[in-house]
Amino acid sequence: MSENHIVSHHNKPGLRGISGQAIQKLLAFATLIILIIFFSLMSPNFLIADNIGSILLATCVNGLLALGVTFVIMTGGIDLSIGTVMTFSAVVAGVCVTNLSAPLWLGVIIALMTGTIIGILTGLMVAKLRIPAFIATLGIMMMTKGLSLVISGASPVYFPNGYKEIAVGSLTQKLIPGFTLQNGVIIFFIMAIIAAVILNRTVLGRYTVAIGSNTEATRLSGVNVVGWLTAIHALCGLFCGIAGVVISSRLGSAQPALGQGYELEAIAAVVIGGTSLSGGQGTISGTVIGAFIMSILTNGLRILGVKQEWQTVVVGAVVILAVFIDIARRNNKGTR
Amino acid sequence: MGETILTMEGIHKRFPGVHALNNCRFDLRSGEVHALVGENGAGKSTLMKVLTGIHKKDEGKIVFMGEELNPSSPRETQDKGISIIHQELNLMPHLTAAQNIFIGREPKKAGFFTDDDKLNRAANGLFHLLGLNLNPRTPVANITVAMQQMVEIAKALSFDSKVLIMDEPTAALTDREIEELFSIIRSLKTQGVGIVYISHRMEELMQITDRISVMRDGQYIQTVNTADTDTEQIINMMVGRTLFETTKTEKRVTGDEKVLEVRGLATHTLHDVSFTLHRGEILGFAGLMGAGRTEVARAVFGADLMERGSILVNGRAVTIRSPQDAVRCGIGYLSEDRKQFGLALGMSVEENTVLASLDKFNQWGFINFKKTAKEAERYVAMLKTKTPSIAQNVKNLSGGNQQKVIIAKWLLRDCDVLIFDEPTRGIDVGAKSEIYKLLFDLAKEGKSIIMISSELPEILRMSDRVAVMCEGRITRILDISEADQETIMKYATMREEIKGTGVEHIE
Repeated sequence: MSENHIVSHHNKPGLRGISGQAIQKLLAFATLIILIIFFSLMSPNFLIADNIGSILLATCVNGLLALGVTFVIMTGGIDLSIGTVMTFSAVVAGVCVTNLSAPLWLGVIIALMTGTIIGILTGLMVAKLRIPAFIATLGIMMMTKGLSLVISGASPVYFPNGYKEIAVGSLTQKLIPGFTLQNGVIIFFIMAIIAAVILNRTVLGRYTVAIGSNTEATRLSGVNVVGWLTAIHALCGLFCGIAGVVISSRLGSAQPALGQGYELEAIAAVVIGGTSLSGGQGTISGTVIGAFIMSILTNGLRILGVKQEWQTVVVGAVVILAVFIDIARRNNKGTR
Repeated sequence: MGETILTMEGIHKRFPGVHALNNCRFDLRSGEVHALVGENGAGKSTLMKVLTGIHKKDEGKIVFMGEELNPSSPRETQDKGISIIHQELNLMPHLTAAQNIFIGREPKKAGFFTDDDKLNRAANGLFHLLGLNLNPRTPVANITVAMQQMVEIAKALSFDSKVLIMDEPTAALTDREIEELFSIIRSLKTQGVGIVYISHRMEELMQITDRISVMRDGQYIQTVNTADTDTEQIINMMVGRTLFETTKTEKRVTGDEKVLEVRGLATHTLHDVSFTLHRGEILGFAGLMGAGRTEVARAVFGADLMERGSILVNGRAVTIRSPQDAVRCGIGYLSEDRKQFGLALGMSVEENTVLASLDKFNQWGFINFKKTAKEAERYVAMLKTKTPSIAQNVKNLSGGNQQKVIIAKWLLRDCDVLIFDEPTRGIDVGAKSEIYKLLFDLAKEGKSIIMISSELPEILRMSDRVAVMCEGRITRILDISEADQETIMKYATMREEIKGTGVEHIE
């Protein structure tokens, strides 16, 4: 990753070694590998094509949300509404397509726009009105949850046939027969690459880091912090919209009651991936790894026959462990 | 002066890659003020952190009151009678003075309820001892920084401290407050307390200390009696070389071209501030702490909103409502608090340099990294910024070099007006003259500079004209030919007759 080579190889030799971000990511990556090896040894059913496929599919919704919220967290903010905004986007699209007979492509665009618009609203509340992000997004979470139920009449909205193709179909199979990678997974990987490019190579990405690193210094540099922060939230909303399309396509329907809880899993993936909750530090590759750790852990435990409730306990413990390691490492080098 | 109560010998402390303390020594007698001086990074703070148990020493011996001391925590050393007053005060603003002093040691009734009467009585006793007129029930958020410092001192006394370490105690005080602090220090001396006094301000050291120990690059250099030395000798010991002095050259020709005009600027703390800045000029802003100098800078820069007044840039009236507007008009602001307002710590020299000018490198939303690297390299070379590379994290640079990165940021942005707020605060002596030279060079190239400074020698050395402020007004703009310390102080203390309500000014 470009951000690594920039940071690490110029540091004073021996003083700090490689950068903190790189270490955290290395740790996360090592954890991922260890998990894969562990589960492969424990169960012959883990490392088989079918299961790999289901791991990939299970990662993509949470992964898309995590990608989006990585930007917000890197500014030092938080967004608790991503899960329900995802659902809301899907429900709005579903109502348009099913009840108002809009064409499918328009439904997709509507979903993306819904997410983006809510992102803009959230951004304005946080950046312009200075409502604490935790509260503002908590409110948006509850509002979108309620609105999803209202406009759907509290029952699932079924999409016409063909919609399922978006996420569950496989372009790769058409191109390379026998190689079945579901579109949802491809969408996730493409979006991850786009997110990495945005974060590392664009002005928006640079301001994301700068705002997270020192908001006031960024403002005093003449940067339109309110505008950029709103744009960053809009980007996060767009990712929620994409996740909404993928999840509703997978299920063939928009489930208005779904969504709450997704935000915390996504945030957990981001944190496991080494992004600092205080902002300024983080990588997209870390988030991708974090998302995989979450889904592999769940999948592997299930294959080993661990009960669902215990899976949740383990995942929770892993999140705490990841953050603890991060903090311990920071403290270690902080004393001078 | 009494017997020796504290000796530190052969102290070594190593951090990964750095030998922070190399065979250091220090001793303190009861009833003396012993200064510890050195450039930033010389090891003063580390040595005191070893003494107070924040850092563990690797080697060496500390003897305190005849007993060997192996400090393991600040709490332990405080209980034994060694207290430190940090530069950043450690008080809880919403608690009262008395509550702050006895935090963690509150007197109790029936083993559970706090005994507020006893608490306040005890605090009152301490204040009395210090000759302080302060109600112990006052929340510390409501008192001045100077008074908060006194509360810290009272807290130290409540531990029956034999040793009191003061780290830059006067940094945030006005001259009058400094006098009060000094009289308290003198009374502590008579009570036999030994005081370690860390400061950059030479005049103060000469005034208040008995002995001065100098450190440099983690090593002990020498201890001298204050009476037998002078400022120049101390500085020479600190920097280990004779200083290159930027003496005031002949008066630079500053044209009549008005670059910035501020008329009738008012905010809730400023009243009718008007001044003009010419091309190539350095306009000094002098005044006591809280006179409103920083407020003027922030209002002109759009960081704070102005209520009334107008600003003209190059003769054109402009509206400045945000830093964005100011930057567009070519005004750059270099805050006194570099870490909080100037730099994005955690980001590199390159990233900080281009932060204000990213639109120059913006190609369809993408950053042209080749160009940003080239520009950053150019400014590192031009300003002689000492950094291993442009990819170095700015938090690893020294204060002087951090300042240069911020200067580069504004030069790259083509700012013609640069407002420096305390440009040399926290910058060690050696790097100071480099910053001075840089300011002169910038002015020579036609940049117009406003320089806010609390150090009068700095004002007098650098400025072409001096605007003196007192209580939110400009009381006088002096030409450098008519400015000297006495005149400036006269105008800096020329208060307006207090009108109307007489609401107390709280900083």
